[in-house]
Amino acid sequence: MDSLSWPLIFAKMAVQFWPVWAALIVTVALSLHFRRRLGLYGKLFDSTVGILGFVIVMFWVFTAIFADLIITFDPLAQISQMKNVSPGTPVPGSDAWYLLGGDHLARDVFSRVVMGARRVLTIAPAATVIAFMVGITLGLPAGYFGGKLDTGLSFIANLVLAFPVILLFYLLVTPEIRQTGVPVVLAAILFLFPVIFVSVLLNSRYFTTPAKRNLYVGVALALGLWAYSGLAFNADPTGLWSMDPNLLNVFVSVVFVNAPTVFRIVRGIVMDLKSRDYVAAGQTRGEGPWYIMLWEILPNARGPLIVDFCLRIGYTTILLGTLGFFGLGVSPESPDWGSTIDDGRRLLSIYPHPAVVPALALMSLVLGLNLLADGLREESMRD
Amino acid sequence: MLPFLLRRVGVMFLTALTLSFIVFCLTNLAPNLEKLARTEGSVRMSDEAVDSWIENNGHGGAMVMRYGQWLGVVPGWVRTDAQGVTRGRCIQGTLTAETAPRFCGILQGNWGTSTVFREPVSKTVTEKLAATGWLMLWVMLVMVPVSLLIGVLSGMREGSRTDRVLSTFAIATTATPEYVSGVILVVIFASATTGLSPLLAEWGWIEGRTLFLGTATSAIDQITFWNFALPVMTIALYGIGYIARMTRASMTEVMTQQYIRTARLKGVSFPQVILKHALRNALIAPFTVIMLQFPWLLNGVVIVETLFNYKGFGWTLVQAAGNNDIQLLLACSVVAVFVVLVTQLISDVGYVFLNPRIRLS
Amino acid sequence: MTDWDPSKPILEIENLSISFFTRTREIPAVMDFSCSVMPGEAMGLVGESGCGKSTVALAVMRDLGRTGRITGGHIRFKGRDLTTLTEEELRHIRGSEIAMIYQEPMASLNPAMRIGDQLAEVPMLHQGMARAEALKRAREIVADVRLPDPDRILRAYPHQLSGGQQQRIVIAMALMAKPALLILDEPTTALDVTVEAGIVDLVKELGEKYGTSMLFISHNLGLILDVCDRLCVMYSGEAVETGTVHEVFDQMRHPYTQALFRSIPLPGADKNASPLIAIPGNFPLPHERPPGCNFGPRCDYFRDGFCNATEVPMEAVPGHDRHATRCLRWPEIDWNAPPKIGRVTEKRPPGRLVLKMEDLKKYYEVSSGAFGGGAEKVVKANESLSFEAHENETLAIVGESGCGKSTFAKVLMGLETATSGSIMLFDENVQDTPIQARNTDTVSKLQMVFQNPFDTLNPSMTVGRQIIRALEIFQKGNSDAEREEMMLHLLDMVKLPRAFAERMPRQLSGGQKQRVGIARAFAGGAKVVVADEPVSALDVSVQAAVTDLLMDIQRENHTTLLFISHDLSIVRYLSDRVMVMYLGHVVELGTTDQVFAPPYHPYTEALLSAVPIADTRVKKRRIVLEGDIPSAMNPPPGCPFQTRCRWKRLVPDAKCETQMPPVKVLAGGHQIKCHLTDAQLAQMEPVLTRVTDSAGGTGGASGGSI
Repeated sequence: MDSLSWPLIFAKMAVQFWPVWAALIVTVALSLHFRRRLGLYGKLFDSTVGILGFVIVMFWVFTAIFADLIITFDPLAQISQMKNVSPGTPVPGSDAWYLLGGDHLARDVFSRVVMGARRVLTIAPAATVIAFMVGITLGLPAGYFGGKLDTGLSFIANLVLAFPVILLFYLLVTPEIRQTGVPVVLAAILFLFPVIFVSVLLNSRYFTTPAKRNLYVGVALALGLWAYSGLAFNADPTGLWSMDPNLLNVFVSVVFVNAPTVFRIVRGIVMDLKSRDYVAAGQTRGEGPWYIMLWEILPNARGPLIVDFCLRIGYTTILLGTLGFFGLGVSPESPDWGSTIDDGRRLLSIYPHPAVVPALALMSLVLGLNLLADGLREESMRD
Repeated sequence: MLPFLLRRVGVMFLTALTLSFIVFCLTNLAPNLEKLARTEGSVRMSDEAVDSWIENNGHGGAMVMRYGQWLGVVPGWVRTDAQGVTRGRCIQGTLTAETAPRFCGILQGNWGTSTVFREPVSKTVTEKLAATGWLMLWVMLVMVPVSLLIGVLSGMREGSRTDRVLSTFAIATTATPEYVSGVILVVIFASATTGLSPLLAEWGWIEGRTLFLGTATSAIDQITFWNFALPVMTIALYGIGYIARMTRASMTEVMTQQYIRTARLKGVSFPQVILKHALRNALIAPFTVIMLQFPWLLNGVVIVETLFNYKGFGWTLVQAAGNNDIQLLLACSVVAVFVVLVTQLISDVGYVFLNPRIRLS
Repeated sequence: MTDWDPSKPILEIENLSISFFTRTREIPAVMDFSCSVMPGEAMGLVGESGCGKSTVALAVMRDLGRTGRITGGHIRFKGRDLTTLTEEELRHIRGSEIAMIYQEPMASLNPAMRIGDQLAEVPMLHQGMARAEALKRAREIVADVRLPDPDRILRAYPHQLSGGQQQRIVIAMALMAKPALLILDEPTTALDVTVEAGIVDLVKELGEKYGTSMLFISHNLGLILDVCDRLCVMYSGEAVETGTVHEVFDQMRHPYTQALFRSIPLPGADKNASPLIAIPGNFPLPHERPPGCNFGPRCDYFRDGFCNATEVPMEAVPGHDRHATRCLRWPEIDWNAPPKIGRVTEKRPPGRLVLKMEDLKKYYEVSSGAFGGGAEKVVKANESLSFEAHENETLAIVGESGCGKSTFAKVLMGLETATSGSIMLFDENVQDTPIQARNTDTVSKLQMVFQNPFDTLNPSMTVGRQIIRALEIFQKGNSDAEREEMMLHLLDMVKLPRAFAERMPRQLSGGQKQRVGIARAFAGGAKVVVADEPVSALDVSVQAAVTDLLMDIQRENHTTLLFISHDLSIVRYLSDRVMVMYLGHVVELGTTDQVFAPPYHPYTEALLSAVPIADTRVKKRRIVLEGDIPSAMNPPPGCPFQTRCRWKRLVPDAKCETQMPPVKVLAGGHQIKCHLTDAQLAQMEPVLTRVTDSAGGTGGASGGSI
């Protein structure tokens, strides 16, 4: 078999991505059709930038979902002779090609990038969600009550923010620190916040009808603590919730870096919104502070928070890439984009493709997220 | 103003103290010390030997006490072993137990010895910091004017074609972290097999094999355009996008203010509206952003120095962390944190100074 | 410009149409608008928010933004058509020939530039004056707008001046190039009434001094009467009536103008005997305008098939001075017929005592200095407040900004606790009980209606959900279904359609939101309701409806209403007793009749004189207070009002400057906090007098003594 030319490589790749195209077409068509009924999400489709961002992000989301269908080779399999081969080289003894070439361990770059998407798109959004929960749960009372609580929490947040991120990673993501159990302690603290957040959220809303409250809070606590025990302590008896210690370390560090920024944003918005009359109306009818924070203030802060959420997933992706780039915390086998770039950069000037492909992938995902955030911001201000 | 400044400086020192303690704890964790013992002593030491090595080299005892010694507010440890040899934190070089000072922490200028470079940490850090200083200087010289220009140009007429083009560029650069842009720049400009260089070499426009140099190692001795442009661009690109976006946001907000309309309806021409009325108000926010960019710049520095093999501060940090060089890592961390805190202080003070509404109330 | 004849109008707007363009459609903002301003004349543009009056002003300046465009007609200034000028030509007219004064003085001044530079810029730009000379001119003009210490002011930054001073600077800036036409867009709306009076006087005086023509835009008919020679009433993008102020006020020929006058509380209106008549329905949105007459759907004289059949042109009223109206039926309408009085209600006698405050004090400790460094300072927000309120009664609390009325509300509601003194609510002492510690019953009995309709409802919760939440928290109803039913009843009570339960607040108009706010406040059967300026942010035609609703509910529920307001007209209309506050002190307290007739407290006297009244038959004694309201952070020694009081010289021994005046109790329990003797107080003359006593006149206000 011959090597493929570039147009053919792209054609072959386009074919490999068929489930993604199908899913994209369905999603965009449905959204366009119902956009007038979909609120802010629908309005996103009025902005070119927003559509572009959405399509790029969804491309990678669907790639992550259908990764198993798209890959052409096992991303970990090494086929000798294929070391550093250029894109479009046929694999001997089969009717397939290394579409984007092989890396220094003779693995298929294309499949690794596709699998990398799955890895990146599970960790980054999840870490961002937890960071938001932590930031919101602490930022709300800091902004709302002010005073000593605010001073204390802001001081701590500023402590974390004064660390250059890279330094924090070098201190927090090491095999030595894993032996001391610091990540587990951090996880135990950070993962508690979502549980607290959801329970307080439900309790403040339903405490007037205890029966309902007990049911909702009970279910939330049961589910939350179950996941909590598994993720933080690896003590889930069913084994459904568990996290590899390496991954836990990375995950916790990323949350730890992001949460203070979210805290500052939430705190700022709350300080602004708490002087509104509907907050005073809540106070004068005797609502508790948590109801006011979570149900009166938080929903009205959603605009800037959603925008920041998109940006922050992008930022987290960059952070994860940075970790990979320095070979911190991730296993060497991992196909995630950061470590692939790190592997590829050593022979960069001779064999650029193993590093350039994941670099472009990472860049396009973050770009999509930024465009999406920009579109959302523009549309949410247009009311 | 003065009480504000004093309070701000006080908070800064409190923060610095807390942070340095945290860093001290994180670098002096038991597993790190154990590893240190095995590299300094012997790899095949027994666990008891490791413990006694740690104990005998002043790494035992409460963390706070060790931190105090490192800081120089608690007397340095002194220990006489079975052979009757007295060793201690402050007994080094020609000093003996009698002549050595009691305190020898960083307050006395003693930053310890690097286990990687086999020289005093203070020497290593100063040298490398100077190298990085040049890098930072060039980055700032490129980044600040370019980003402010882009931000102001795109923010002064929101939604115009110029705005669309420049904003897209800004978004694209913020989506490109240094390790991505660095890779791409090298491939385009400094690879003998791909990008521009083979073409240029073929046409005989360049003498060497590549247009730019793929490493900046030689820049330590002499900075040239060809060895320094790529590292500088790599760091600056990311920052340009970010600062430009902040400037644009600030500029568009200012342009919608009533006083801009007042100026316009006074008969002031558009360029004058921008220069006399908008710019001063619009640049207050970006100034603080530029200052707060430092933690991230440091990030870029670490990545770029690793990628381009420029032996500066960031490269040292990676070496220290990778080789368990506790004293060096500690010093690097403290310096980094200190730089960040000082820039935060400048940012705060500058904000107050630039803003007459706050300065004079 | 040379061919312009000074006997011709200085500004002539002909059939002007303006539209704003969004991505999806064109929104017409102004249609077929014509008016002319003669040299030296002051023309008023009046109308409710959204009627297009500011758009006309911006069109004259040719500053409609990127989305706005003039789609038809001409604007001639001194004979030149402004609509065809280039940017460069416009630049020479803006600021030098036509100048503009805006609503928000703080926002109109560049925060980072010294006042002197901002003023000097104008002559430097238009007359090529040197900086030093321009600064000299600035100094003269600053003295002209009667600001003290011009040199200091020129060196200051905008934020170092008070609101009133800032507005004077904006006026000075407009006058720097001695323009031929001055456009004033709601120039006093953001200011307190006593400050507003000074600005209005200044504008009139300077207009005469420089011979400037004015286009004065306001929603306040009283101000128009004070300032203008002619006016143009706008409704939904169109001019509906234009003419001299006296003709339009006394012989109006458009139903909207008439309805407007009938819906504002003029002296003589009374909530029981002659209630206000609200204009039914809502202002049409620009893209939902009806065919034919825009006012048709809300008009009492509407005839189907006639009023909505064709476009209605402006038609001159014969025999009047350039008086025109946009009404097809104006010749057939009997303009002198008295309004149909909806229903006359009985005044309910005050019931048992529900609220008693005694010697209430509320101090705040604040750290002075911008950086939190300075010494702790005590701000006395409320100083020895004592009063009682009864069932069925409306007690008005009147004062300008910084008088402590909002702090008082916070303390009463339990959002803050009092520093000392006692509050008896029903039979309970609540002064030290914060709201969390009050029981549900107390909380639900004492509720509040807020000022800003755009803020009073949570923007991300449906209307029904917000009312149901109040019911839940007040422990009303036993099941969700029951509460749902109660919520619908509450919507009925505030006269909103039940379908509104599913709506989000942004789909409601300001008046409708305010009704929801009232429904929410009464969800727990409130007995005492604090209404904090509940209608001040609403348009006049809506104000009447919301006020009426509030009083209807009060009558049904025997509620005690504490009505906080700065608007004396509405206070006079609806309250039984009035409490006047100044810098945290109650300066006067009495029944409405007592407070609105002499003897007055000197502050009340000035306040009454400052409020613009849209009635040509009422004559006011003009009392303009010097200076601004002192800051509550830094109150003057002695009597709080002494810095601005015109009676001070009658009090011997500088007592006003050193001693806090005692509370004098006059006949009928009328309390005044003043050093003036009883005899001096008795000499005071009424502020308002009626010129001709023709009861039942032509306007909306029916007769009655003042």
